[in-house]
Amino acid sequence: MSILIAIIVLGSMCLLFGALLGYAAVKFKIEGDPIVDQLDALLPQTQCGQCGYPGCKPYAQALADGEAINKCAPGGEDTIKKIADLLGVDVQPLDESHEQDNTPKVAFIIEEDCIGCTKCIQACPVDAIIGAAKQMHTIIIDECTGCDLCVAPCPVDCIKMIPIKTTTHNWQWDLSSIPITVLENETEKSTMINDQKELMTNELGA
Amino acid sequence: MVDYLLLLVSTVLVNNFVLVKFLGLCPFMGVSSRTETAIGMSFATTFVMTVASLLSYLVNNYILAPLGLQYLTTMAFILVIAVVVQFTEMVVHKTSAKLYRTLGIFLPLITTNCAVLGVALLNIYQQNNFFESIIYGFGAALGFSLVLVLFSAMREKLASADVPAPFKGPAIALITAGLMSLAFMGFTGLVKL
Repeated sequence: MSILIAIIVLGSMCLLFGALLGYAAVKFKIEGDPIVDQLDALLPQTQCGQCGYPGCKPYAQALADGEAINKCAPGGEDTIKKIADLLGVDVQPLDESHEQDNTPKVAFIIEEDCIGCTKCIQACPVDAIIGAAKQMHTIIIDECTGCDLCVAPCPVDCIKMIPIKTTTHNWQWDLSSIPITVLENETEKSTMINDQKELMTNELGA
Repeated sequence: MVDYLLLLVSTVLVNNFVLVKFLGLCPFMGVSSRTETAIGMSFATTFVMTVASLLSYLVNNYILAPLGLQYLTTMAFILVIAVVVQFTEMVVHKTSAKLYRTLGIFLPLITTNCAVLGVALLNIYQQNNFFESIIYGFGAALGFSLVLVLFSAMREKLASADVPAPFKGPAIALITAGLMSLAFMGFTGLVKL
């Protein structure tokens, strides 16, 4: 008899708590995973695939599932820092196997060598290459994101990546879009300087 | 009133759950590598511990005791704790995606944090009344939070310290925890009744 009471009591407690959780699950329902969209917004949207994923959104999804945060070469250290901040993990240096140098570049086709194979056109994620089969190809400079993906498929090695020179046309005049932190007072300034010193000594030590 | 205050001080400092009773060591070691995470974990654990000790008091005194089912306390309390944790997880997921990601697996692991079950069971063994139970639960959580945040701050400093190679990583963390425990033993005798 007492066993029966025990079963009934525990059973009804389970039912009650289950109903409570069921209600809470409906009440606190979450549409989608907002973290993926936030991560996607931080990535540079070059869709270059250097991280090993077919674009920025899939990499954002992978990041949310715990992929290493240091695979975005076009984004560089800045993006890694922002992702680390959002996910609450430690900042890591850019993955060695990916390109270190993130100066803005643009692809250039040496037109006399081009055989018109269209392989680079298929590789380009942003449709920045025009040309047709057995016709010389060329790059639309304004569309090119400098992602490198067209270099490898070219059978005659006629594509070079050239750094973009800073001119008065492409200099970023709009300073407000460049993240600048304005230090309000002296204490904040000194802690910032101390942080940087600490960072530098750590790097030297490592 | 003085009794309640004394109970609070004694649970937070003198009978600290982590460093004196050695309960809840898993999150103490696991979540303490970053202060930010430690603070998040502290809030979640504080909420769960307080609510769980309140609910487990009610369950014990109004359901189990009248029916003579005290032998079911452990099982019933685990049920109560699991529900509170699950509920907390849903609320945290809804309100702060960042905190949810930071806590990660440690949030559901509060269920198996023996300090939470420990508080609920000790409340019964010590025959605490309703308010004493809540204060005991809250004090235990406060003590847990205090040492967790202190310890994480130390571990952040340790990360950049010049530690001899054999002591790097968890070894130096455990030694630090031991030294902290010794320090907290010093609070014995702070409260004399």
